[in-house]
Amino acid sequence: MANPRILEIWVGVFVAAGLAALFMLTMRVSNLSGVLDDGGYLLTARFENIAGLKERSPVTMAGVNIGRVTKIGFDPRTYQAIVTMRINTRFDNLPRDTSAAILTAGLLGEKYIGMEPGGSDEVLRNGDEIELTQSSLVLEQLIGQFLFSKAAGDNP
Amino acid sequence: MINLLGELGRRALAFFERLGRGHLLLLALLWRQPALLPRFGLVIQQVYSVGVLSLLIILVSGLFVGMVLGLQGYNILVDFGAEESLGTVVSLTLIRELGPVVTALLFAGRAGSALTAEVGLMKATEQLSGMEMMAVDPIKRVLAPRFLAGVISMPLLAAIFSAVGILGGYMVGVGLLGVDEGAYWSQMQASVEFHEDVLNGIIKSVVFGVVATWIAVFEGFDAVPTSEGVSRATTRTVVHTSLAVLGLDFILTALMFGE
Repeated sequence: MANPRILEIWVGVFVAAGLAALFMLTMRVSNLSGVLDDGGYLLTARFENIAGLKERSPVTMAGVNIGRVTKIGFDPRTYQAIVTMRINTRFDNLPRDTSAAILTAGLLGEKYIGMEPGGSDEVLRNGDEIELTQSSLVLEQLIGQFLFSKAAGDNP
Repeated sequence: MINLLGELGRRALAFFERLGRGHLLLLALLWRQPALLPRFGLVIQQVYSVGVLSLLIILVSGLFVGMVLGLQGYNILVDFGAEESLGTVVSLTLIRELGPVVTALLFAGRAGSALTAEVGLMKATEQLSGMEMMAVDPIKRVLAPRFLAGVISMPLLAAIFSAVGILGGYMVGVGLLGVDEGAYWSQMQASVEFHEDVLNGIIKSVVFGVVATWIAVFEGFDAVPTSEGVSRATTRTVVHTSLAVLGLDFILTALMFGE
């Protein structure tokens, strides 16, 4: 067995390397910023169709990530999807009439919620609902509509 | 026929006896952990032989696993024009699965077998009975520090493995294949969650650390005290640890990531 002093130094190096690796995994690889200000506030929105949106999908405004989808529920009365999202506390000045749309990153990419600010002076608070929503585009429906309008256009 | 049934019963009893002895040992090990605090030097010595000496194999394997993931992931992703997601693929694979699992398998081969051989030889040369004669508890003096050292080392080794692997994927993906550097890191950060992925990976590796060291220490302690018995115990350590790790990994994954 090596000299105890050198041995201790090696163990110190090992533990430091392990902690450094953990630090890199938390700070560089995952973004801990989402955990640190877990405070945030909750907003809900109702959509006719959320096809493809998942929990943890990003919520963006002007392309900047401002929160995440935390829960997806279903309203059995209106047959609508209820999406709960947690918005970062830093973005606490979203106007009352902000609208939310489900968009796609790239042609086949993942779905996210894009917010458009309105012009109201009042701001959204914890637990508020976003009234203006636009559902996710479903490719099959889009093609169906296109074919339908094409057919209608050809035979007036 | 009666003989056959008798043999079957004998084997089953022996199996459950061993299982019971193993669990009693685990309880004894856990019970003696607080007594280690005033003599932490013993644990540090074991962290050296279990953790520090495993560092090289972990670093090299982590680097190569990451590089291979980068290469293979790129070849598949490029077909979909999604090579920007390479960082996500490499980091999620490593943090969720390969980091903890491959580290535990390497740990079983590198450190677990050494632990079993050491403890088994101590038993074969009657050092353990000697300690008992001197009223020194061998579980407290020999087994408990080794157990704690394994449980401490495994998550650190797994974290190092994942971090080095991600750097290896970066070297191949960004350096060799020309994936955009910013995309590699930002896609990774966008999709890796601290709670969901990093923390669950750490929990996995702690569980594997407990299981791998427990099996290694138990096999050594329970070995037939002959040179053949020690060699068998060492083999069993590697085989049983590998099977236990792979089986547990499936269960843990199903619990953590299954909806």
